[in-house]
Amino acid sequence: MITVRIPTPLRTVTGGQSEVQVEGSTVSEMIEKLAEVHPGIKERLYDERGEVRRFINIYVNEEDIRFLTGKDTPLKDGDEVSIVPAIAGGG
Amino acid sequence: MPKMQALSCRECGKEYPTRDLHVCELCFGPLEVKYDYEAIKGRISRAKIESGPYSLWRYHDLLPVEGEPTVGLYAGFTPLIRARNLGAFLGIDELYLKNDCVNHPTLSFKDRVVAVALTRARELGFETVACASTGNLANSVAAHAAAAGMQCYVFIPGDLEAAKILGNLIYRPNVVEVEGTYDDVNRLCSEIAGEHRWAFVNINIRPYYAEGSKTLAFETVEQLGWRAPDQVVIPMASGSLLTKIWKGLKEFEKLGLLDHVPTKLNGAQAEGCSPIATAYRQGRDFFKPVKPQTIAKSLAIGNPADGYYALKATAESKGAMETVTDDEIVDAIKLLAQTEGIFAETAGGVTIGVLRKLVKQGVIRRNDVTVAYITGNGLKTQEAVIDAVGRPIRIQPSLTHFTKTFGLKEGA
Repeated sequence: MITVRIPTPLRTVTGGQSEVQVEGSTVSEMIEKLAEVHPGIKERLYDERGEVRRFINIYVNEEDIRFLTGKDTPLKDGDEVSIVPAIAGGG
Repeated sequence: MPKMQALSCRECGKEYPTRDLHVCELCFGPLEVKYDYEAIKGRISRAKIESGPYSLWRYHDLLPVEGEPTVGLYAGFTPLIRARNLGAFLGIDELYLKNDCVNHPTLSFKDRVVAVALTRARELGFETVACASTGNLANSVAAHAAAAGMQCYVFIPGDLEAAKILGNLIYRPNVVEVEGTYDDVNRLCSEIAGEHRWAFVNINIRPYYAEGSKTLAFETVEQLGWRAPDQVVIPMASGSLLTKIWKGLKEFEKLGLLDHVPTKLNGAQAEGCSPIATAYRQGRDFFKPVKPQTIAKSLAIGNPADGYYALKATAESKGAMETVTDDEIVDAIKLLAQTEGIFAETAGGVTIGVLRKLVKQGVIRRNDVTVAYITGNGLKTQEAVIDAVGRPIRIQPSLTHFTKTFGLKEGA
């Protein structure tokens, strides 16, 4: 199982849960599985072209997936995924 | 009529109440304060501003707080210095430095944003303030929280300069040193902010906080005698400062306080952390995050929140972006100190180093009225220059020894 941490703006879709458990062997597969349990979450994460939205960062075990292999980044049992709004910080 | 009408998503326009929110729940775009500019236009004027307090609060009409300021009453209104020596050296006739090295109380431009953020946080009923910081912001939040009697948590990366760490501890906030880079700190803080009802100034209070940077533009215009410069050079970390300076200039134009904004925005980054400038150079409107490696730690944000908007604003203004190496940063810090008597931190070295390059490239021309933003104080980043400034000349307490050491003739 993968543990996914859900940011506040998405908790309306997860029934208020801040952490969910899901299967998946890559980030994109994990998002598909997530959408089966929590309909609507995929549309919030992806833009019209099916890419992760500009203002969302996804981390696997604390590493930004853009430093890994993006949506194809492999996942294994026990991994932790964080979905974090990109708009934060500065200075 | 309240001047703040809503928070609205910069991407999709969805509106939210003016609470502690920073991200659109539909598209994750940034929320911005939506002002009632018609109402503001009716009450703002050059004369009214000129009769205001000698702080950033003279622009209260354009800042996102409801009542009178309660925190950071003396921040802002720093000197705009006519830099004749540096201008002559570089070949610019009219060069100015906006000197936030001497901002009150913690010697960086962050005193502006924190004054606004903490005043707003109090209005929203918060008792605990926090931030993710590369140093200057933490110093400012810690100092203002102490003065305001608020609980405080500051989160910093593990490799900060000694003076920036001490500059937190002295105010006795909870200083949390995170093992990792600023980007790690920032991600962690975003997650913490989701769990605790604290005012994270640059997370859930960010729409208000970031507006404080506009006052750098307002002051520049007023101090130039109500005109906008032709060129500005701005250091970029998250890209927020550059974006807000642009917004400030445009607001003055919209309100009739300025006739025309000819200003070209030039963004400055260190080569070892230049995701925004690299995207600009490659003609992309999106950036790739990087792992920072530079002495300019205050600018070491590899995943800049406002990178996209900084690229947009720079393009809109027909400006440019450039980078400098660590050696060039040190040279530029020394150049500024030795021509103008201003000891800037590494971010100032980045700004002056890039200014120098842009003049050499002909991007900034001799007759362009140019303003460079010096955002932080050199006493906070002494490590960067300690091996590049020589040593004192040590003598015995004797006139003879002194005279001999310097090869001086007595009485000469």
